[in-house]
Amino acid sequence: MPVRPVAKRRGKPAQSGRALGNGKRLKVEDTARLAVTQPPRTTWPYSPAPEARDYIKLAPRYELFVGGKWLKPKSGRHFTSINPATEEVLTHVADASSADVDSAVRAARAAYEKYWRRCPGSERAKYLYRIARAITERSRELAVLESLDTGKPIRESRDFDIPLAAAHFFYYAGWADKLKWAFPNASPTPLGVAGQIIPWNFPLLMAAWKIAPALACGNTVVLKPAETTPLSALWLAEIIEQADLPPGVVNIITGGPQTGSALVRQPQVDKIAFTGSTEVGKEIARECARLRRRVTLELGGKAANIIFDDAPIDQAIEGVINGIFFNQGHVCCAGSRLLVQESVLDLVVRKLFRRMQTLRVGQPLDKNTDVGAINSKAQLEKISALADTGEAAGCTRYETKCMLPARGFWFRPTFFTGVSLSHRIAQEEIFGPVLSVITFRTPDEAVEKANNTRYGLSAGVWTDKGSKNFKIVSQLRAGVVWANTYNKFDPSSPFGGYKESGFGREGGVHGLLPYLER
Amino acid sequence: MLATRSIKRDSKILGLRLAIACMDLTTLEGKDTPERVKQLCRKALTPDPEDPTVAAVAALCIYPEHVAVAKMALRGSTVKVASVATAFPSGLAPRNVKLLEAREAVAAGADEIDMVIDRGAFLAGRYRDVAEEIAAVKEASSPALLKVILETGELATYDNIRKASWLAMEAGADFIKTSTGKIQPAATLPVALAMLQAVRDYEDRTGRAVGVKVAGGIRTAKQALQFLVLVKETLGEDRLDARYFRIGASSLLNDALMQLTKERTGAYQSEDYFTKD
Amino acid sequence: MAARVAVRKTHKLYIGGAFVRSESGRTFELSLHEQVFQVARATRKDVRDAVRAARTAWPSWRDRTAYNRGQIIYRLAEIIESRRDQFVETLRITGSPSGAAEKEVSAAIDRIVWYAGWCDKIEQLLSTKNPVGVHHFNVSSPEATGVVGVVAPTESGLIGLVSALIPVVCAGNCAVVIASERESLSAVAFAEAIATADVPAGVVNILTGYRSETVPTLASHMDVNALDLWIADEEQDAAAAQLACNNVKRVRRHGEPPQRFWFTDAAQGPGWIEAFMEIKTVWHPAGV
Repeated sequence: MPVRPVAKRRGKPAQSGRALGNGKRLKVEDTARLAVTQPPRTTWPYSPAPEARDYIKLAPRYELFVGGKWLKPKSGRHFTSINPATEEVLTHVADASSADVDSAVRAARAAYEKYWRRCPGSERAKYLYRIARAITERSRELAVLESLDTGKPIRESRDFDIPLAAAHFFYYAGWADKLKWAFPNASPTPLGVAGQIIPWNFPLLMAAWKIAPALACGNTVVLKPAETTPLSALWLAEIIEQADLPPGVVNIITGGPQTGSALVRQPQVDKIAFTGSTEVGKEIARECARLRRRVTLELGGKAANIIFDDAPIDQAIEGVINGIFFNQGHVCCAGSRLLVQESVLDLVVRKLFRRMQTLRVGQPLDKNTDVGAINSKAQLEKISALADTGEAAGCTRYETKCMLPARGFWFRPTFFTGVSLSHRIAQEEIFGPVLSVITFRTPDEAVEKANNTRYGLSAGVWTDKGSKNFKIVSQLRAGVVWANTYNKFDPSSPFGGYKESGFGREGGVHGLLPYLER
Repeated sequence: MLATRSIKRDSKILGLRLAIACMDLTTLEGKDTPERVKQLCRKALTPDPEDPTVAAVAALCIYPEHVAVAKMALRGSTVKVASVATAFPSGLAPRNVKLLEAREAVAAGADEIDMVIDRGAFLAGRYRDVAEEIAAVKEASSPALLKVILETGELATYDNIRKASWLAMEAGADFIKTSTGKIQPAATLPVALAMLQAVRDYEDRTGRAVGVKVAGGIRTAKQALQFLVLVKETLGEDRLDARYFRIGASSLLNDALMQLTKERTGAYQSEDYFTKD
Repeated sequence: MAARVAVRKTHKLYIGGAFVRSESGRTFELSLHEQVFQVARATRKDVRDAVRAARTAWPSWRDRTAYNRGQIIYRLAEIIESRRDQFVETLRITGSPSGAAEKEVSAAIDRIVWYAGWCDKIEQLLSTKNPVGVHHFNVSSPEATGVVGVVAPTESGLIGLVSALIPVVCAGNCAVVIASERESLSAVAFAEAIATADVPAGVVNILTGYRSETVPTLASHMDVNALDLWIADEEQDAAAAQLACNNVKRVRRHGEPPQRFWFTDAAQGPGWIEAFMEIKTVWHPAGV
């Protein structure tokens, strides 16, 4: 600490040395000595803490998992799967054509007719328990793989994605032989073959959300993972294989959008479950309407995270940060609109900015990384373009000050102030780490603005006043409302949207409905 | 009779776009805050973020307090900042206070001033006072454009409305405006017609074209189109322009946008798809 | 002595709690063996007005207590019971044998009573408190989806309409009903019962007319949240289902069941209410 000599006073001889506050004075020679021995200003950078990946054994090529076997795609084509943090090629996966889709669906139907629909619930349950346990056993490997394939931080895949995926299998395993207690006065039956298409943001978790309830209810499955993130689903296929699940009960076919369309159109599929963008969801809905086929959809969102002036502000900031920067903002239920009561705007912005600076953007496999890589080049371009519209429209941009690696796809956590609902960044789903800060004056206005969107997947409310919390929660048109918290998930907790965020729920007893005939 | 004109298809689309281009998007609430005004400015600039072909509105109409904020948010755009002044909406304050308010609003950047006349004085027959005040405000507001609010709901008779219109125009009004929007009745078709006719006669007499602004109670696109018909058939098509005709409104904007989208897609719309601000 | 000249009814639309003619002023002719009736022919603008009325009425309908909704629906049963003869007669004129008409009216009233009792129980049936651990409180419960378009069954005069509509309204939704063309008289009689039964204006709106002229508008309307389609014509049904995807409506398609279906157990159930509800899950931390 810099030591300043005391100022000379008139009329009195100068006293040497600084007052120590106990009547004594620091002598000049002492101060000189102290100045030399003061420790330098402290810094404490975190060393890299990489999760080991050398034991991850990826095959050079993966085929399609159909009818319990690994089959080459009929087209003979494979495509690469890369690590978005480094752009390295991880492996090659099969590109399923319509013919492959047909084989998979035939296998699923055969499995359904031959034994799965007759398999007692208690036996189905035991298969699902096996899968749950196997995921837990291999959880570290799966977490590393997931981070390599998606770019998400290892802390998230390790602490969130993989454990929750296992938990979903475990939860639904328990329902398999209790279906007649699920809904009063109903003896539900399965639908048959479920075609399932999942996105790239939580690959293994989405696979679990789809496969577990479908199987528990007695259906068989053809699952198409996302094009950029097929690997954890393929390892899940290996786990399923090792669990001795009867062949054809679960089929996993990798491919691009054409594979997905082929699956939706395949006439032998009884039910389609889709998680992805609203735009594609509508197309799938139209196709299913044409085919008179059951469908459930989990689509986009533009959730409002509402901070009232009587909110626990620091906790709210944590919730907001988590809400938009978790998984690089690649979350359908991301709190991408921060609605803050105008009277606390400056405070919230200051705290948000400060908190944001401690976010560590870096290599996904580093255990200290908070924000990983953007999933693909295409997504990065989309995020950048939308963020630029915000800036061009006069909103003020705030970013985390940090270096970004040279290779790979990266975007700094960003928020904009001065945003109005009419800005594109407030309307369109960015699916990236970009937050729009919008103000409101009264609770009614907060609700009006929160609901003023085509979407209705999720919302957040921050206020310490109980009655206000209950009131606001009841008025928000969203399928999941986090009150004084954000991004909480559980297999027993139903998840799904209102309006253009889709219909049908995943999780909980309501998550059985999409896969049953009552 | 003019209210039963049938405006369909292309003329409807054009009419709706004209209505938007002639709109003074308004917020005049005691609880207006800087952020609220900034957000409304955005709406004024891009009324429909999904449809960039929809033009910005003509102006934003606000209290003097918020002029600076609005001016900043709208800089570089075609949207004008219109400020109410002269102790809006009552008009009852000392003359010097009213003039100061107008001056300050213009100093803060207002392009237009929407003043209220002293209805008390008018109804008491003190027409010269009313006229002098308008002239004084015109001078204090220079170089901003002056709109004079007659508050037709309080003037009550068409004769009074005509008299007040004339008086305002002679005193130098650039626009005559129906109402503050704070009382009913406000802008009705017959009232607007009376004012448009006065404007026409004044122009015939003096050669000066004065604008008309209708405000208060205009919530639906259908109403807006009816007013456009009035203007077209009284003053002519070339007056369907923000320089001569304005609609002061707030919720009208989204109704017009919903109608436009309906014309384009064939489907009736939901408010969820149109931003509140 | 000459028979007394009867005063003939004008069969109008029921929108926003009022009986109105179509904005087009048009009617269509319904020729039933005893008489020719002119019935209001709804246009797409009438559909638009009906949806607007439903949407406007919705917040307060949804916010009433479930008990209150139940009382109102029960009163509807009271009113129809007190007007039995009118309904039986209407069914008879439209071609139902008397015995069948009596049976149908009784069944319809009983069904309304049955659903009235569900209003304040359905939430308990469908709600769950989810075991997410001691650090959070988590509850899922159903709420009304909003505005539901009901394209009513064509062959059945009353029981079909009641079976489709009442559960929708029980759930807290507001409805726009597109009546069966042939069964318009019953639909209008039903509207009269609604109007006199304390059902708030706009909660139920009933449009008679040609379905080909109204169903597409309803199906494509962006402010309608869900559709309940009882359409025999496959093309019309398919077209409506396609249009509904534009704003991701929740759609149920039933085709046209035979009249006897309405008298089976499958024709009523809490699932009929649940179909037009959304599940909302709320989390809150538990800690000091």
